[in-house]
Amino acid sequence: MEALDTLILSRIQFAANISFHILFPTITIALGWVLLFFRIRFTQTGDDKWMAAYRFWVKIFALSFAMGVVSGITMSFQFGTNWPGFMETVGNIAGPLLAYEVLTAFFLEAVFVGIMLFGFSRVPRWLHTLATGLVAFGTTVSAFWIIVLNSWMHTPQGFEMIDGVAHATSWWEIIFNPSMPYRFAHMLMASFLTVGFLIAGVSAFRWVLGDRSREVRSMLKTGVLIGAVLIPLQILAGDKHGLNTLEYQPAKVAAMEGNWDTQPNVPLLLFALPDEETRENRFEIGIPNVASLILTHSFDGEVPGLNDFVAEDGTALHPPVLPVFWSFRVMVGTGVAMLLLSWSAVWFMWRRRNRHQGRSNAHRLAVEGLPKVLVWAMVPMAFSGWVATLAGWYTTEIGRQPWLVQGVMTTEMAVADVPSPMVLGTLLTYLAVYAALLSAYIGVIIYMARKAAAGEPQTPNTPFANDNVMTAAE
Amino acid sequence: MPDFSNPADWLPWAFASLMGLSILIYVVLDGFDLGVGLLFPMADRIEQDRMIGSIGPFWDANETWLVLAVGLLLVAFPTAHGVILSTLYLPVFVMLIGLILRGVAFEFRAKARDHHKALWNRLFFVGSLMTALSQGFMLGLYIMGLEKTLATYAFACLTAVSLAVGYSFIGSTWLIHKTEGALQLKAVTWARRSLWGAVIGVFAVSAATPLVSDRIFGKWFAFPEILWLAPLPLLSVSVLVLLWRLLQRMPMQDDRQNWLPFLMSTALFVMAYLGLAYSFYPYVVPEKLTIYAAAAAPESLWIILVGALCVVPVIIAYSVMAYFIFRGKATDLRYE
Ligand code: HDD
Ligand code: HEM
Ligand code: HEM
Repeated sequence: MEALDTLILSRIQFAANISFHILFPTITIALGWVLLFFRIRFTQTGDDKWMAAYRFWVKIFALSFAMGVVSGITMSFQFGTNWPGFMETVGNIAGPLLAYEVLTAFFLEAVFVGIMLFGFSRVPRWLHTLATGLVAFGTTVSAFWIIVLNSWMHTPQGFEMIDGVAHATSWWEIIFNPSMPYRFAHMLMASFLTVGFLIAGVSAFRWVLGDRSREVRSMLKTGVLIGAVLIPLQILAGDKHGLNTLEYQPAKVAAMEGNWDTQPNVPLLLFALPDEETRENRFEIGIPNVASLILTHSFDGEVPGLNDFVAEDGTALHPPVLPVFWSFRVMVGTGVAMLLLSWSAVWFMWRRRNRHQGRSNAHRLAVEGLPKVLVWAMVPMAFSGWVATLAGWYTTEIGRQPWLVQGVMTTEMAVADVPSPMVLGTLLTYLAVYAALLSAYIGVIIYMARKAAAGEPQTPNTPFANDNVMTAAE
Repeated sequence: MPDFSNPADWLPWAFASLMGLSILIYVVLDGFDLGVGLLFPMADRIEQDRMIGSIGPFWDANETWLVLAVGLLLVAFPTAHGVILSTLYLPVFVMLIGLILRGVAFEFRAKARDHHKALWNRLFFVGSLMTALSQGFMLGLYIMGLEKTLATYAFACLTAVSLAVGYSFIGSTWLIHKTEGALQLKAVTWARRSLWGAVIGVFAVSAATPLVSDRIFGKWFAFPEILWLAPLPLLSVSVLVLLWRLLQRMPMQDDRQNWLPFLMSTALFVMAYLGLAYSFYPYVVPEKLTIYAAAAAPESLWIILVGALCVVPVIIAYSVMAYFIFRGKATDLRYE
């Protein structure tokens, strides 16, 4: 009993920690590249609005980065404090991947972020742009290594077990494991979508507050365009990812679809309450044959069912169905909402192209064209990327249970022998700290947007004039 | 010394050295920025901004050495890693919360509305304190062999306080280098005071370590080892005396030698650390698990070693570049 409590509490604690952590890399991975874009646009055009956009978002980047770093440090200790069995069993594979993440990515971003944030007036322009680029590159590389590890845990290959310990046989196969390309592409796009909608949402909020500055227009358009371009690609990648999962983790797909029996003509369920006691769905609403169509590309294709994954004694060998089923729907639902919002926004802005007040040079999109409802809808969608990303990760990770490394070790085998009250205590403290920090984070973003909308005293046009500000402050 | 013709023998040794090096770099670098956090409440508001300015561009990279250290422990000594970290469950947790609080307070204090700033300032101090104390506490437990006895905990409390004072000390020497005027004067005073705490700490650790284990006692007080070991304590004492006299004369005209106290306190940290490393080698879990018994498979260690040898020099080069770019007296931080 004791060990069981520790297991469950440790799992909740791990899930809480990684969920908190992933929020911030999701922002920094793409925001780094977007900042580089603003930076380069400023260099090319000399137009201040790009600099103003850079200045606004670099602060949010700095904040997100700090949150990502400190919560990431928590992650690396977690393995030892709560999951010692993980490294003891698959350390020979997980170890080098984590080490390469630290060596090739963490130092790169950590050192250059200092120059990117505070070096504007200390280093030549090209070096500052380079530093911004290297930080963006670093965050992407760190996402690559961690996704490699995570994908390997879902679709392990390139190793052999000797005395219960995994030994690498081919690093190529380990790194390019079957689900890695899908997961990496899907995660990168998730990050860009999160940032696109965040930028659009915060700019829409400033617009609602009456901010009609040129940078708000450009930021809003940049955000909406990122969303509009990437969301169809993301849906496509998600579909491919699902087909890959069907091949390697059929039980997970069965749970995602809420399909109990292996059969043809499976409907796409829009709503249902899967019940593992009775092994059937309650309140089922579905579109006939569509799940078969999506998964097998034929209306009467056969889809694996959960009942295939039950041991002789009746214990389930498939993941818990309800959370997988619903988190999948939350992700896809958010994706659909993103599609509708971004495409209609582009449509309305395009209709009013070239016509916004007082500007002579041609604009292909005009923010004035947006109906009020759409602008308002963008505001709560600012954090929709977070919702979809978390939901996606819950689908993936809960869908892998009871395995920690698919087919190699179960989660239960990895857990530390720590008294459960201790885990409960640390878990509650983490939750309290995270809740406080998350509200502070969102609060500060709102505060910064309000301040900017109210026309915060702008610094002189040429950024390098700030040199004087610096020396004057001494 | 390991047998260099046999990879299974020297690879663990190489990784222990690499891990040791990164812990050492961490202790010195994050030591000074944690120290600045510990000194925070003693400064006024304007000085606080300047103190933040002196560590702003560096703290993130400094903490990355901790990530590397725990990463190396995790990858090179997987069994030891589990034993050590699950034994130190609570202090590690306190440290993590401390690191979280100070890392984010750092950013929030610059962006939050004015009346919240005081709160973030306080959290910055509290976070630094939690981190320093818990690290010192873990050091004490580790030295005492991770035993669960009253004496261990008492000793760990002593090392907790000493390490916190030691960090304040190296932090104030950093401030002597990075600041000027009234704040620099204050930093000199802080350095003079905290030096004594650091001395007590180093003595306590040096005295306790050989007493805990006969093996360690034997390593230090056997002939002829004692001959080539003797310079270490002697050197430490001379650096201490020099440092003390230097601090009496600080700040000097034209701000000469403002970097010397930081350099000398770094030297002190390095020597204390080398002493500890000598005592514990070849154990990674004191008296229980040697680096050889705990090491991961050679083929995985190879892969990491090759990467590390290529990348670590580059990391050091661009870290040095960053310190060079932000050389000179600290200014208030701006994103422009
Ligand atoms: C902005 C974020 C976002 C959006 C809009 C979507 N996803 Fe997603 N999805 C993720 C963010 C994400 C993620 C967080 O990045 C996951 C978790 C693990 C991963 O690699 O990507 C994920 C995982 C994930 C998986 C699980 C793979 C597995 O079994 O391991 C599937 C099948 C899909 N996605 C499919 C879709 C589909 C069909 C979408 C259509 C709208 C979709 N995703 C939108
Ligand atoms: C970043 C997004 C991620 C999220 C949101 C996430 C979420 C989760 C969740 C919710 C669980 C709990 C499943 C359950 O208890 O049923 C879990 C399990 C786990 N995941 Fe992930 N995960 C993520 C990425 C990763 C990565 C990158 C790794 C490894 C490098 C990883 C390793 C693990 C481990 C070790 C467990 C087992 C512990 C447990 O079952 O709680 N996860 N994850
Ligand atoms: C168990 C899993 C994980 C561990 C142990 C971990 C560890 C860490 C650590 C220690 C840091 C701080 C680095 C620094 O000091 O600069 C960090 C930051 C980062 N992590 Fe994670 N992480 C995990 C999961 C993830 C996932 C799932 C992603 C993304 C897909 C991710 C992407 C990043 C990125 C991009 C950064 C750097 C930027 C930032 O901090 O915002 N990590 N991580």
